Amino acid sequence: MNDIKIAAKGVQVYYADTHAIKDVNVEIEDKTVTAFIGPSGCGKSTFLRTINRMNDTIDICRVEGDIRIDGEDIYDPKVDPVQLRAKVGMVFQKPNPFPKSIYDNVAYGPKIHGLARNKADLDEIVEKALRRGAIWDEVKDRLHAPGTGLSGGQQQRLCIARAVATEPEVLLMDEPCSALDPIATAQVEELIDELRQSYSVVIVTHSMQQAARVSQKTAFFHLGNLVEFGDTDKIFTNPEDPRTESYISGRIG
Amino acid sequence: MLPLTIPFLATIGLATLGYFLGRSRAISVAGRDMRLLNALPHQHGLNTCFSTLLPPLAVMLIWALAARIASRKDVLLAPENPTLVYIILIGLAVAGLGLSMMRISRDFRARNASERWIMGLLIFASTVAILTTVGIVLSMVSETLNFFGQHDWKAFFFGTTWSPSFSGRGGDSQLGIIPLLWGTLYISFIALAFAVPVGLFAAIYLSEYASPRLRSIAKPMIEILAGIPTIVYGLFALLTVGPLLRDVFAEPMGLGDSASSVMTAGLVMGVMLIPFVSSLSDDIINAVPQSMRDGSLGLGATPSETIRQVVIPAALPGIVGAVLLAASRAIGETMIVVLGAGAAARLSLNPFEAMTTVTAKIVSQLTGDTDFASPETLVAFALGLTLFVITLGLNVLALYIVRKYREQYE
Amino acid sequence: MTDLSASKSGSLLTEDKRTAKRNAAEKRFRAYGLGAILLACLMLVLLLISIVTNGASSFKQTYMAFPVTVSQEEFDAAEGSILKTGAYNKMLQSALMDYLVANDLLGDATEDDVKNMISGEAAADVRRMLLANADVIGTEIDFSLLANGRIDGYFKGRVTRETAALDTKITAAQLDLADRMTEDGSMVTRFNWSFFTNPDASVQRPEAAGLGVAILGSLYMMAVVLCLALPIGVAASIYLEEFAKKNWVTDVIEVNIANLAAVPSIVYGILGLAIFINFAELHQSSPLVGGLVLTLMTLPTIIISTRASLKSIPPSIRDAALGVGASKMQSVFHHVLPLAAPGILTGTIIGLAQALGETAPLLLIGMVAFVKEYPAAYSSELGLFGEASTALPVQIFNWTTRSDPAFVERASGAIITLLIFLLMMNALAIFLRKKFERRW
Repeated sequence: MNDIKIAAKGVQVYYADTHAIKDVNVEIEDKTVTAFIGPSGCGKSTFLRTINRMNDTIDICRVEGDIRIDGEDIYDPKVDPVQLRAKVGMVFQKPNPFPKSIYDNVAYGPKIHGLARNKADLDEIVEKALRRGAIWDEVKDRLHAPGTGLSGGQQQRLCIARAVATEPEVLLMDEPCSALDPIATAQVEELIDELRQSYSVVIVTHSMQQAARVSQKTAFFHLGNLVEFGDTDKIFTNPEDPRTESYISGRIG
Repeated sequence: MLPLTIPFLATIGLATLGYFLGRSRAISVAGRDMRLLNALPHQHGLNTCFSTLLPPLAVMLIWALAARIASRKDVLLAPENPTLVYIILIGLAVAGLGLSMMRISRDFRARNASERWIMGLLIFASTVAILTTVGIVLSMVSETLNFFGQHDWKAFFFGTTWSPSFSGRGGDSQLGIIPLLWGTLYISFIALAFAVPVGLFAAIYLSEYASPRLRSIAKPMIEILAGIPTIVYGLFALLTVGPLLRDVFAEPMGLGDSASSVMTAGLVMGVMLIPFVSSLSDDIINAVPQSMRDGSLGLGATPSETIRQVVIPAALPGIVGAVLLAASRAIGETMIVVLGAGAAARLSLNPFEAMTTVTAKIVSQLTGDTDFASPETLVAFALGLTLFVITLGLNVLALYIVRKYREQYE
Repeated sequence: MTDLSASKSGSLLTEDKRTAKRNAAEKRFRAYGLGAILLACLMLVLLLISIVTNGASSFKQTYMAFPVTVSQEEFDAAEGSILKTGAYNKMLQSALMDYLVANDLLGDATEDDVKNMISGEAAADVRRMLLANADVIGTEIDFSLLANGRIDGYFKGRVTRETAALDTKITAAQLDLADRMTEDGSMVTRFNWSFFTNPDASVQRPEAAGLGVAILGSLYMMAVVLCLALPIGVAASIYLEEFAKKNWVTDVIEVNIANLAAVPSIVYGILGLAIFINFAELHQSSPLVGGLVLTLMTLPTIIISTRASLKSIPPSIRDAALGVGASKMQSVFHHVLPLAAPGILTGTIIGLAQALGETAPLLLIGMVAFVKEYPAAYSSELGLFGEASTALPVQIFNWTTRSDPAFVERASGAIITLLIFLLMMNALAIFLRKKFERRW
């Protein structure tokens, strides 16, 4: 059993008057892939975004409750979301490389956080990140070509490389494969499995097969509630809650 | 002049009559059962009306133009006796009326026929824009050539002195455009140096930071600046900004004692351009997809880092286009420089000195008593053409860049 | 990588040095943005204050009220003389003198002082009034007459005792006299209706200058623009948006329209001068030529906004019409156009507002001329809108070029008037947009 990395207690999220997340309690382990599944609109993405406070960018969004990373309350007024997000990286649904070169895309994070002392250092960080993103071999000859010129799957792996370049401890992925074809999806899934060695990975997915393939733990969300949380095998083979079972077997969704 | 009033009114009268005649004839052709007609009576009426109205009108227009051109070459296209004109034009209308009435039958597709006329009108309307451009170019090119017949073109484009003789007889005028272009560019530069940062920062703040409340107040206020006529800015320069700059900066610093100056005109023009720059930049910044911002914020960038390093570089082509459009505006602006910049053509670096611009000189050479044979008047057309070519170049380039930019994110 | 290890192992609860620096940069950046907005707003406020403080007083005017009796003989003599208004002027001056003496207000003012109190324009007003009602001749009438521009300026703070000492056109005795007359009630400053109805006045008589001709001229031009630019603009937009095939011709037209929208307005003035006045020989200074020039200038704006509102009508509406067997033309004229009408109207009003404030092109076609007669909409000699006129913005420009500071006040007052017109037009446009706005 790994250490607890993220601990959420009594989390409530409101969009203006809508109660989007209702009293969620969950403990996410280090060096583990945790999948959030559930029908669309169930709040899984919303909850994911509370973990690195991306919800702060939405004016009408309000978060209550207690989310701790390594025991520190990330909603403490003293916490700077900028520092938090360096520690908790995020990969988005649609690949969103910046309109810059591949190199600059990856170097962006280390540059703003001041992780490199000099150019050689930065080169090294970029190479390491691209290798971790399993895309180094494909782009090493054209690091200064625009990142937007890559294929969808390559773009998404570039975005993963970009996220790991800042040396995060947690990696959040919001349906990272929903815009990709099956081959690119397989590549990204393989990558996620490798990333587990170094990070705590939280992935939101609408595909149950994907959750079953990549995750060790699964959380099932329904209408803003965390219905069931446990080992992936158990959730998929022997769910406790009838709602989970209905969803797994395709009766609700 | 062609005597056109009577044929014009007669044609309109006949056309109106034609509508009702065509309609009633269609009804009578149909007999008792309307369904036998291929088109509605209304459409038959319309076709008759257009057939009567449009051919004489087109002939009138072309004839009037031709007569006008011919009369310049002392050829008389308008006959001495107006009766002939009447007969031709009104005859055409009557013929149109008669022919279209004859065509009315149960099988006649009057709707298609009347729609063809309407289509012709629509196409004509959209060529007005082309005609305007042709008119602009022709009107300036012919007079400019005229001017270069009397004044050396090299002296115009490369002359560094602007001193038209006031005798009106010409001869000893030095008409070099360089000092005017210098004034124009200097003022435009100051205007842009003021308007671009202010407009851009205002747009950034409004779209990325401002609370809805602030936005609802500040945005209309900036838009009001855009709706204020330039003459008002001109008076603002003349009454307030000019004296203020003179008393606070120019005189204490020993840079001059003129209220009208490059700085005055430039600053006020800058104020005028703020809303222009900010609304264009606002559109462009908003076109940058939110996912880019999320990507950067998700990596732990602060909002300002996101804007400076991701949003602005992504929006850069569009912003460059907006700045070029603003530059074209600044170069073509007239009233502010007429009232704020002064009248002396000068090649100087001191921004507190009065200088003048291409547009201001066009106004001064073409107002009051003008003699279209003297180079002092004709030079205005050469100035106008130069101005037109410069702004056209900037506009085409800017619109091209902006269009390409938009396509990128569509 | 010391920084890295700091951020790796560091607590989230303490802000590291680098983050502190970055947050400070963030605050500065925000401050620049806010500063830019405040600067823009400040400029607007400054501009409005400058115009209002300079111009508000033009809406008030100083008048003198004293009884005048014009006998039939005097009237006949004046009408028989060559300088008719001169004769009336003498009558007014002596009547004022009599009134001052009778009420013991004269003080140390000389006869010349008294004569110059009255505006040169007053006599013409009196003559006009007497010609209009002959039955008041011979009776004592209480005229209310324009005071001289300097006296008017004294009540508005433009003329002070210090400036008067340096000015040959006003004496301290006249100012004293003005004070006494004010106390007596025979000199009052009241709302200046004639500012909106009077025509322009000569350089020596700023007190009589008004906007009547300019407002009328502007109205005529707006009528021309509305009658030409709206139908042509709408027709062109319909063709380009609904019918035109995508080929190089339409591309040229599109690029052309976009460019015309950005051509400097003065170029349209040159066009008007060369084509409408020199080539077509239309009359200089006429609202017709002004209207034509402004039409060409406004057309691109109207086309662009009309196309935008046509584009906003969803294709499903067109499909529905075509589906019941309407022709393409019928679907456009019966369905699309009516639905787009509010948007087209809004765009047209905004285009008109732009045209109303435009000055530069009008200077070149002679609208800067001094016009004292109200232009008729139609005259048999000069045709429709052919009589010489001026326009609001040009009148403002004209006044700014005159040396008497009283004209600066008039020009600012005229700007306030112009801005009120523009405000009303824009308010109407916003109202229409709000009322008819429809989201698809």
